[in-house]
Amino acid sequence: MALFEAKNVTKQYGDQLALDNVSISVPEQCIYGLLGPNGAGKTTLIRIINQITGPDSGELFLNGKKLVPSDVQLIGYLPEERGLYKKMKVGEQALYFAQLKGLSKAEAMKRLKYWFKKLDIIDWWGKKVEELSKGMQQKVQFVTTVLHEPKLLIFDEPFTGFDPLNTKIIKNEILFLRERGATIIFSTHNMESVEELCDNITLIDKAKTILEGSVNEIRSKWAANEYDLVFDGDVKIEGNGHYSILKLQKDNNKSIFRLKTTSEINTNEILQTAMKSGNIISFNPALPSMNEIFIRVVETRN
Amino acid sequence: MNKISVIIKREYVTRVRKKSFIIMTILAPILMATIIIVPTLIMTSQSGEFKKIAVVEDNSNLFKGVIKNTKDAEFVYLENTKVEDLKKTFEKSGYYGILYISPELINTPNAVYLISGKQPPIGLLQHIENSLKKEIERQKLLAYKIENLDDIMKNVETNVSVQTKKLDESGVEKRTSTGIAMALAYILGFLMYMLVFIFGAQVMRGVIEEKTSRVVEVIISSVKPVQLMMGKIIGIALVGLTQFLIWIFLTVAIVGVLKTTILHKTNTTEISKSMPQNLMSGNQPQVAVTTQTQEMSPQLAEFSKMFDSAMNQPWGLIIICFIFYFVTGYLLYASVFAAIGSAVDNETETQQFMLPVTIPIILGLMVAMGTMQNPESPLSFWCSMIPLTSPIVMMARIPFGVPYWQIAVSMVLMLITFGAFVWMAAKVYRTGILMYGKKTSWKEMWKWLRYSG
Repeated sequence: MALFEAKNVTKQYGDQLALDNVSISVPEQCIYGLLGPNGAGKTTLIRIINQITGPDSGELFLNGKKLVPSDVQLIGYLPEERGLYKKMKVGEQALYFAQLKGLSKAEAMKRLKYWFKKLDIIDWWGKKVEELSKGMQQKVQFVTTVLHEPKLLIFDEPFTGFDPLNTKIIKNEILFLRERGATIIFSTHNMESVEELCDNITLIDKAKTILEGSVNEIRSKWAANEYDLVFDGDVKIEGNGHYSILKLQKDNNKSIFRLKTTSEINTNEILQTAMKSGNIISFNPALPSMNEIFIRVVETRN
Repeated sequence: MNKISVIIKREYVTRVRKKSFIIMTILAPILMATIIIVPTLIMTSQSGEFKKIAVVEDNSNLFKGVIKNTKDAEFVYLENTKVEDLKKTFEKSGYYGILYISPELINTPNAVYLISGKQPPIGLLQHIENSLKKEIERQKLLAYKIENLDDIMKNVETNVSVQTKKLDESGVEKRTSTGIAMALAYILGFLMYMLVFIFGAQVMRGVIEEKTSRVVEVIISSVKPVQLMMGKIIGIALVGLTQFLIWIFLTVAIVGVLKTTILHKTNTTEISKSMPQNLMSGNQPQVAVTTQTQEMSPQLAEFSKMFDSAMNQPWGLIIICFIFYFVTGYLLYASVFAAIGSAVDNETETQQFMLPVTIPIILGLMVAMGTMQNPESPLSFWCSMIPLTSPIVMMARIPFGVPYWQIAVSMVLMLITFGAFVWMAAKVYRTGILMYGKKTSWKEMWKWLRYSG
């Protein structure tokens, strides 16, 4: 069952259409990627989900029921640009946001201590936000977002500003939160993290949904009969009537061929011919990266 | 409601803890008290330097010993000395001045002059004039050969100073002073202007800070925009009230302490000196009181009078009205400031919106200044009714006495207007706070005002 659904959401700012009949359906305990070029309308959709602005038309459902203002308690939101009071101390500020989310002071304190220790930021408790680096601020904000243990978490560009190590830490925390029952929607330009984390995605361009579904399905759909064939050692094969060779790569005493089948042919037949040429290490359908798909989809539209 | 209180608490605590707040809170009353006290101190304390004055009379000896020595002036009566000779040796003589009294003085009132190297203080001149005047009057009366003249003189002697009293509704007379009312009008009007402006602008800056740092997105995903706006406005209002109350308390304390230490010391000695005289004329108590004040140095008496009439101001009414007008006036302007803050992306952009808002405030201040001269003028009356200027102008009028019905009408108008302004501001704020990168115009804001839902 879908934890969150948006049906036919349309939003207009002045004479500019920000969202045109966009629908998404986010299953429970799913990590849902919201992709799209800059200015596509992702942030508008996120703001509508957070009830910061209302849609002009369309409906939103949480747990099968219509979204109501009190549902903000069930949602955690990490905005794209870090929103923290610069002059305020880290600990006080985290406590403030937690209280605004309806936690008691004592409970908020307990949870903050837990998270600050977990993310190794407890030493910054008494520091002012302006003394912190961007990445550090982001960690603090991450904690304030997840603290009230919301059912639905929304991260707008959660990885910008993080070094690779901290990116990994946050990725692990996201997976951990999902395991504990949270459902996560996040928008990103980082396609690698989409492949790593997302179960489902929606790609929005110019206010419209242009691609949606599970990541694996999308990638196999876009695979377009391409395979990677890897031999041990220096091997040569030639294309025939059934397949052509798109590219050859030699690396670490291996030969990697990218094949594209040109006719209806069983993959076993390809392997049978190939076996004669050398020692096969692996044979895989070549899945295009989300990056490639993203670029191809958006470019063909333009 | 609970969330609003969390917001109010944050707004309040972060501001009250700031160094600038603590410094301003402590320094302002000290400054205020200094402004009140220092001029009186200068007035009351004689100019320090001890003066020796040579009195020359062309050997007539008519006024010998008439001018008594005072705390800081000694009068030396010189016989057989010519003014011309004294003038020549004046530099070396060590005299502060030469007082020449012509024998003709009894008939020619200005046949006396004081030659001095410096401008003599007014207190010294008054002392000389009073002494000579009394002596001349005495000598003239002597010529009538009345018996027991000295006793009669003592009995007759009076000193008149006009005291203004105001009849309040219960028929109780109160001593007032126009000077005090004017000073108070000025201080109250100006204070109101400052507080509304300073704290209103703080609201605006707070809103802009939240908008530019995008904190607002996080908060709006937890509370309603109106809650955030009202929380901020109320929090800052409490900061203002805290500061105001501390100011009143400290100013009263400082002035009180200074009054008792400076005034009382001098008062008691002067009064005890004049006691025997009062007892002699004991059957006329009213005169006794005036003689008592007369014996005090005139400045000191004036100061004491000022104090009495300052204390006789309707302080309860003033403080209640001040708090009412501060809260409502501030809420009115602060909500407009909040709306402006929400509509812009940074502080420099606020200017086009600031002008129309500051005009009524400054107009209010200017009318308030005029009110000090003429509290009953129609302009003052209308400006104390119109809610945009009434907080400042009404505060300036109250020390002069305002009929209760006028205050009531002004307050009701204020409440209605402030309610309307907060409602409109909330609508603009709700849209503006999430609008980025768009230059906002008045027209745009009008559109936001009419958005529904």
